[in-house]
Amino acid sequence: MSEQKKETKTVTFKIKRFNSAVDDKPYWSEFDLECNDGTTVLIGIQEIIAKQDGSIAMRYNCRAGVCGSCAIMVNKKYMLACETLVLQLKKKVIKIEPLPFFPVIKDLVVDMTPYYEKLLAIDPYLLRDHSKDPEKEILQSPEDFHIIEEATKCILCGCCHSSCVSVWTDKSYLGPGALLKAFRFANDTRDENKKDRIKRITAEDGVYRCHTAFNCVEACPKELNPTETIQTLKRQSVKQALKFW
Amino acid sequence: MEIKKHSILVVGSGLAGMRAAIAAKESGVDCAVISICQPVRSHSVAAQGGINAPLGNAPESKDDSVERHAFDTVKGSDYLADQPAVLKMIGLAKETIYELEHWGCPFSRFEDGRIGQRPFGGAGYPRTCFAADRTGHSVIHVLWERSVMLGVPVYEDRFVVRIATKDKKVTGLVALNFVTGELEMWECDAVIFATGGAGQIYGATSNALNCTGFGIAVAAWAGVAMKDMEFIQFHPTTLYGNNVLISEAARGEGGYLRNNKGERFMEKYAPGQMELAPRDIVSRSIYQEVLEGRGYGTKENGYVHLDLTHLPESQILERLPQIRELALRFSGQDMVKDPIPVQPGFHYLMGGIHVDENCASKEVAGFYSAGESACISVHGANRLGGNSLFGCVVFGKVAGLEAAKYAKEVTSSPDAKYAIFDAYKKQQDEIDYWYSGEGKNDPFEIMEEMRTAMKLKVFVYREESSLKEALDKMRELKKRFNEGIFLKSKIKHYNRELEWIFALKGMLDQSEAICMSALARKECRGGHWRLDHMKRDDDNFLKHSLVNFENGVAELSYHDVIITKWQPEERKY
Repeated sequence: MSEQKKETKTVTFKIKRFNSAVDDKPYWSEFDLECNDGTTVLIGIQEIIAKQDGSIAMRYNCRAGVCGSCAIMVNKKYMLACETLVLQLKKKVIKIEPLPFFPVIKDLVVDMTPYYEKLLAIDPYLLRDHSKDPEKEILQSPEDFHIIEEATKCILCGCCHSSCVSVWTDKSYLGPGALLKAFRFANDTRDENKKDRIKRITAEDGVYRCHTAFNCVEACPKELNPTETIQTLKRQSVKQALKFW
Repeated sequence: MEIKKHSILVVGSGLAGMRAAIAAKESGVDCAVISICQPVRSHSVAAQGGINAPLGNAPESKDDSVERHAFDTVKGSDYLADQPAVLKMIGLAKETIYELEHWGCPFSRFEDGRIGQRPFGGAGYPRTCFAADRTGHSVIHVLWERSVMLGVPVYEDRFVVRIATKDKKVTGLVALNFVTGELEMWECDAVIFATGGAGQIYGATSNALNCTGFGIAVAAWAGVAMKDMEFIQFHPTTLYGNNVLISEAARGEGGYLRNNKGERFMEKYAPGQMELAPRDIVSRSIYQEVLEGRGYGTKENGYVHLDLTHLPESQILERLPQIRELALRFSGQDMVKDPIPVQPGFHYLMGGIHVDENCASKEVAGFYSAGESACISVHGANRLGGNSLFGCVVFGKVAGLEAAKYAKEVTSSPDAKYAIFDAYKKQQDEIDYWYSGEGKNDPFEIMEEMRTAMKLKVFVYREESSLKEALDKMRELKKRFNEGIFLKSKIKHYNRELEWIFALKGMLDQSEAICMSALARKECRGGHWRLDHMKRDDDNFLKHSLVNFENGVAELSYHDVIITKWQPEERKY
């Protein structure tokens, strides 16, 4: 393998700014930055904070696309800043905005409470009578693990919730992120609350609010498919209701 | 001014912190978590390969036992680990892993439905339990879920910058609230610091951006020593370019390391365990190949190849999907078809806050620490892969239980609030000065110089002259910092620059401690390799280094290693 290229190009970072404590309306700041093959949007913003303007606010942490802190909009697309290589965007100017829908605290930092509230509403934890737990692990076949595996990859970045048209029009809707989590528990062979869980997500704020716009699928940086999961939950809820009959 | 109160305050929402909070809450004590980030965003989430426990689930690990796991850990530590602490940790392994599983942790499974286990470096048996290559992610989510169920409050977007003490007893904390930009006062009976590692000191690291080791410095300023700071684990396989972690699982699954001649060079350095020798040995071997011209890139920034192309595609897709994706994204190489470029990078700090096997400080009552920020010491001079997540959960739990016990017995001092207010005031004065514009030095310049010096002079290989230069450099940088630094941004709300200034202040003290301890330790042991003292020296250095910062000046002293079961032997693999 040859030595990695160190070609650099100047790219303009156009960042949407808003400080909820003092500003009446948002505005844009522009920064020129030398970027190479390895420069991610996160590294770029870090350099701007260090050398040009320390007041840019954003959340970040892992640099490897797993912590979910740095979800933002780049050129109107949902992305993790740490995974997005600037030169691969092939633009002279990149527009960086906070996640839509959520109230902005400052610049790229948003208040994610509306999403967390929905997550908490579906009891996001395994429910079972632990007094009957075996001394060792509760057995689960690899096949049963695979049913929930995809849903456990969710990093709670909130992109799906932010992108969902049903969430925008009905604030009570649980949304794709919370429903993905609900699927993960309702289909975990160790959970003893499947019936109640399915009943919960069938309520007025539940799965039937999903109009399969697939925005969440396009937004998800982990390439998960909440829409399909919600359709599975719909089928499971019908099956459960029929059994009840 | 309002002072918020919880009996126990846990600082940090990673694995150790969340596990501690759960244990304290289950003990019936009022407990809350204060964290720089939202739950599940901590660096624990990035741990990939797995979590060790001698469950004996793999067909070839039927004979595995607590004792064997403990011996591997002690040998891996190059005999610097305190053996009672190691035995305590591994004694609690099974119940701790089963607990996580019962709470819903989505582990990968064997065909018979038991938790999957795979081989990892330095281990006699396959004992690393895993959830594909997302183990840290899976465990941190389950702990968050459990904490939600128990109703543990998490105060996020807060940076704990000072510990308040009265008569060598913890009374509270001072935290910077990012959102408001104001300092907050918190009263408590006990604190648990689970603040993570310090890779940002080097910059070239697999660590997250929040891993500045700040908690270690804050504890030191309150009188709790830094221990064994010279012992840094350089992970052999971080991705060339941005040093993102490529898990040991890649070698555990059968990956080869090759030099530019295509040779599996580990044959020369560890013929027995080959690529699965402990990390310190593999890192040095890679570095040696690069120095002798058998690597790629430059000698200062070289790399070798991690080759998985001989493995079935299905195995990589099933067990290493995230790593493949990371490598593809950042280096453009698909490990199914091509080798990927890897080099050693700062991965784990074996040293940290000086606490005992109950996670308690003997210097300050009511102070506890667990996870990477703590030095208990179970990892000694070199940590085995899979033992860090494991140490986090076990000692997180221990810290929570011990702190709860203490909090139930202790009576809070009537003038506790004065100590907190005093700490608050001192901190506010310092922040006001930074904002005043009187300081003339650029903190980011100082940080860059610190990182460059640490990377070049205190890396895998060390020697007296370069360590001395590095120590002088750190003292010069500290002087510049103390003469006055400035903030570019005067806006208080969510000021990331202010956070980096705090972090830098902490990193400079930690760097000084690393250099001092490394310079004084004239031997080779685990992650500490002195080219001018090529042997381990048990007569003089079978002891822990302690650095105290109580009066603002670093002082080095030593503390005996506790050896109960296994006498030091030559470490060969």
